[in-house]
Amino acid sequence: MSGPSSGCGFLMSVVVHGDLALNEQEKELNQRLKRLYPAVNEQETPLPRSWSPKDKFSYIGLSQNNLRVHYKGHGKTPKDAASVRATHPIPAACGVYYFEVKIISKGRDGYMGIGLSAQGVNMNRLPGWDKHSYGYHGDDGHSFCSSGTGQPYGPTFTTGDVIGCCVNLINNTCFYTKNGHSLGIAFTDLPPNLYPTVGLQTPGEVVDANFGQHPFVFDIEDYMREWRTKIQAQIDRFPIGEREGEWQAMIQKMVASYLVHHSYCATAEAFAKSTDQAVHEELASIKNRQKIQKLVLSGRMGEAIETTQQLYPSLLERNQDLLFMLKVRQFIEMVNGTDSEVRCLGGRSPKSQDCYPGSPRLFNSPVHKASSSQTYQTGTAEVEMELDHFSNGVSESSSNGFLNGSSTHGIDLEECDGDMGEIIIWRQLCGGSQAAIERMIQFGRELQSMSEHLRRERGKNSANKKMLKDAFSLLAYSDPWSSPVGYQLDSIQREPVCSTLNSAILETHNLPKQPPLALSVGQAAQCLSLMARTGSGSCAFASVDDYLH
Amino acid sequence: MACIEILFRISDKFTATSRHYVDRLFDPDPQNVLQGVIDMKNAVIGNNKQKANLIVLGAVPRLLYLLQQSSSSLELRTECAVVLGSLAMGTENNIKSLVDCHIIPALLQGLLCSDLIFIEACLRCLRTIFISPVTPVQLLYTDPTVIPHIMSLLSRSQHTQEYITQIFAHCCKTPEHQMVLFNHGAIQNIAPLLISPSYKVRMQALKCFSVLAYENAQVSMTLVNVLVDGEQLSQVFARMMQRDKPIEMQLTAAKCLTYMCRAGAIRTDDNCIILKTLPCLVRMCSKERLLEERVEGAETLAFLMEPDIELQRIASVTDHLVSMLADYFKYPSSVSAITDIKRLSKLRHTRDFCNQLDHDLKHAHELRQAAFKLYASLGSNDEDIRKKITETENMMDRIVSGLSESSIKVRLAAVRCLHSLSRSVQQLRTSFHDHAVWKPLMKLLQNAPDEVLVMASSTLCNLLLEFSPSKEPILESGVIELLCSLTQSDSPALRVNGIWALMNMAFQADQKVKVEIVRALGTEQLFRLLSDPDTNVLMKTLGLLRNLLSTRPHIDQIMSSHGKQIMQAVTLILEGEHSIEVKEQTLCILANIADGNTAKELIMTNDDMPQKIKYYMGHSNVKLQLAATFCISNLIWNEEDGSQERQDKLREMGFVDILHKLTQASDPSLCDRAKTAMQQYLA
Repeated sequence: MSGPSSGCGFLMSVVVHGDLALNEQEKELNQRLKRLYPAVNEQETPLPRSWSPKDKFSYIGLSQNNLRVHYKGHGKTPKDAASVRATHPIPAACGVYYFEVKIISKGRDGYMGIGLSAQGVNMNRLPGWDKHSYGYHGDDGHSFCSSGTGQPYGPTFTTGDVIGCCVNLINNTCFYTKNGHSLGIAFTDLPPNLYPTVGLQTPGEVVDANFGQHPFVFDIEDYMREWRTKIQAQIDRFPIGEREGEWQAMIQKMVASYLVHHSYCATAEAFAKSTDQAVHEELASIKNRQKIQKLVLSGRMGEAIETTQQLYPSLLERNQDLLFMLKVRQFIEMVNGTDSEVRCLGGRSPKSQDCYPGSPRLFNSPVHKASSSQTYQTGTAEVEMELDHFSNGVSESSSNGFLNGSSTHGIDLEECDGDMGEIIIWRQLCGGSQAAIERMIQFGRELQSMSEHLRRERGKNSANKKMLKDAFSLLAYSDPWSSPVGYQLDSIQREPVCSTLNSAILETHNLPKQPPLALSVGQAAQCLSLMARTGSGSCAFASVDDYLH
Repeated sequence: MACIEILFRISDKFTATSRHYVDRLFDPDPQNVLQGVIDMKNAVIGNNKQKANLIVLGAVPRLLYLLQQSSSSLELRTECAVVLGSLAMGTENNIKSLVDCHIIPALLQGLLCSDLIFIEACLRCLRTIFISPVTPVQLLYTDPTVIPHIMSLLSRSQHTQEYITQIFAHCCKTPEHQMVLFNHGAIQNIAPLLISPSYKVRMQALKCFSVLAYENAQVSMTLVNVLVDGEQLSQVFARMMQRDKPIEMQLTAAKCLTYMCRAGAIRTDDNCIILKTLPCLVRMCSKERLLEERVEGAETLAFLMEPDIELQRIASVTDHLVSMLADYFKYPSSVSAITDIKRLSKLRHTRDFCNQLDHDLKHAHELRQAAFKLYASLGSNDEDIRKKITETENMMDRIVSGLSESSIKVRLAAVRCLHSLSRSVQQLRTSFHDHAVWKPLMKLLQNAPDEVLVMASSTLCNLLLEFSPSKEPILESGVIELLCSLTQSDSPALRVNGIWALMNMAFQADQKVKVEIVRALGTEQLFRLLSDPDTNVLMKTLGLLRNLLSTRPHIDQIMSSHGKQIMQAVTLILEGEHSIEVKEQTLCILANIADGNTAKELIMTNDDMPQKIKYYMGHSNVKLQLAATFCISNLIWNEEDGSQERQDKLREMGFVDILHKLTQASDPSLCDRAKTAMQQYLA
């Protein structure tokens, strides 16, 4: 799973790995659902994938992976009507939800109803007859809106027809389609959490559902395009009234602080100059962090640790878990052949150590003094309060794509990029040098004992344990790069390490461990998931990733 | 006049500065002239008054002179073109003045220059002039070398592309224009612009295709085979109809596909028509769209599905189209209503509201006529759809009032709609009668222009069908004279409708009505119609004769007064070069005559007629054989006066042998008919 990922995609990757015998249809289903409803977090709100064998009346029979519905009652009176609901309600984060039902046989009278109903609505009925139940019936083409009497709505439908039902969770309406043609709005003011539902009433009636297993007859993606455009236009045209200047100043501050945070000193300086702002950190300090980050990002962990200890003497001592993490990464880089210790042994000369002029100065106070930025500060405060609550989301999902961007920007800065580029051409363990391998094994032992030491001192830490185990697992394979744990060797894995170290340094100087820009991105993502939970469908078409290029 | 008026209104000071600008154009120093033109450019931007002044003071001929002089510097010529372009941006009067000064040939001449900046300035000005409704588009085509040259400029820059395609899109108004552009490679040259990075270029190129393809089979057939970047043009258009594209683009792409489909280049059951174009056009009719878009959408949709019942059926259930169209009538319907609302709104001082109303009023007629057109198209074939339309709220009332609206366009569309619905037996029996639609229809028939008359009279034909309850009141309203006058029209369509209506009227009519028809029409006119160059007119006239000559007393009465002429006419047609249908109809008339008591003798005493009947009994066409046999059968029918003599006479002429032969015929009905006739001899 690379690139911008969402919760939904995350779950699916688990499913895919969990069941290797997954057949083609399910694969297609998963792909289609992911494409149609990228904003849905299926861990929280799974999508309907079939009819529920538990949530149906006894006169309903299911077959073909619970997608085919047939009637098995007497079908004498309306009292013999029977319905079935899908396994899950429609998540609001779909924005626009769609499913189709093909009429395999109209049976004796073709009294079939297709629609939606809330959990708990009587299943001994056709959809539409009761409160919180909505249906379109084939025999008369009428729509039933929580009522026993229908309204003229569309054409009748029968054997061979494909009826689609589309729920718009932005304006809470529903329209149907027949053989790919939209029939117009059937219901408005729909309640949340409705389940796809079908009802049958006479013997011989058989219908098949398509929740995304097959391509839809109706071009639902075109309809979704229209709504995506509408929502995005709404965002673009959001009125900011008189406060334009205020907004601009705030955005400039955010950009500046972001540049400083990630130690793009030259850019930060130039930007601050052109936007007439003060930089709240000494240039030298920024450069120091930049130096460390470059080392981490080029895989030279040993030097990075050393430099950190040199510049920020007490930082790693106080933060043993961080040190452990850095060392595990160093071990991985040794396997990779990129760490300076093994590169030196492997015959390639390590880059000569720079000497750092002067000792780092104290950072300036991070809080902006200007009283005009009241809104901004409030915003920040709120974000920080919620920080613990959502920091997972930030680092796992949204900031992923975000950091990708930062690494490319970072490396092309200033003098060092040629030297620090990747030199792994042969992909040999520790660069192929026997001495290096011995050093790596020795280092591994040290790491093992550090781990034991930490456990004794501070109790069990499952994250550390797993980290170490994964790193050591690399040695179990003749070609670690193509092994199941080989991903650790990817240079992209340096980024979270780099970011954590940078944050830790900043924290010791009372600077925010995340730049306000990242925080607001995180907050926006969090707002969207909150919207999904509270049933605002427009969150589907306002992905934060769309605005981060 | 206008000039003097403007002159008077200009204050002295204003004229003085304007004159100063013009004077500088005559400065002997070219550098001063250039600076003068540049200053003039800055002075006129956005200033309509200044523009009018300069035009009145004669700046245009001087600017044109400077623009055309090869001794002028390129910079000066370009600035002149820019100023002229700016003047053209003003009022319609400005454009008229510019055109009167022969600006168009001057600018077209300028396009021959090699300098791109100058060319772009000229094109920009030409564009502004040509998109104005006051410019005669023909001016683009007067010099035959112009179009190929402009076509070659398409490759020069994005600006030339934008201006040229915009000029083409506005100046392609007739089939001749289409062919000129087509023959100079418009399609190959413009197709690549559909994927231009500039939206304006894409949009104008698309518009070009919509005007090129309209009712043009040759263009349409070529378009389907054009590839743009490896993709078929219809796919490119389909992509432009995606719902996230600008409405203007969706609508224009739908028009292109509609025209291609109507020209036969794309099948009506093609997915890009049935699943893309049709739904797109239905969306254009929705309330969310601007009034202009709704009008265009409805008209285009009406045009698309006019000949195809399947498209009509799909459209009738798509997005509640039938009731959506009812909204088209919910705009102020009369000027008095508007002024009332305006008076009210003045109290509230809402100018915007008034402007909105003006806008609505302007489009109200357009909306109504578009809705009527679309209803007409929807209901032209399917009975269920017609029912759905007439059941739409106040529909029949709306049609009835539409028939007497002041706007000719609305009246025409309303009568088209009525005509379409009048094809329904059920509606003729019910809603048409309930709403007495014949009354406004009859009114419409007085002094209407031909196009309205054609539709109205055609509708009347249906209202005069035998089962229509409106037939009686229409007869009583003295419609016969009117219909007879239609048969004298120069328009074949009107002649057909007139005679057709009379034919329907005569069907199973009273003797009184029949006599009245013959009297009003006059035998002379009747026979003139029998030699009408239009076969339809001839057929309907024969039909009228046949209907007049039914039931024995009527036959004898009419034949006694007009027998000679009728027999002459019949002879003439049977001898002439006519289609099988015409001859069959004529033989049927003859059979009806043979059914009369006294009328029979007109055939028996005619020297040629029995020979002709004999000839047709041996004809290779079964229908003619049947009709001729029917005729003989009537002549020899037993139990009638003189039947024995006629039988004998005809036997002598060899008819029995023929009948005998026909009893062996392979066609069963001919065989039966011959056997029945033979039995008359045996009895």
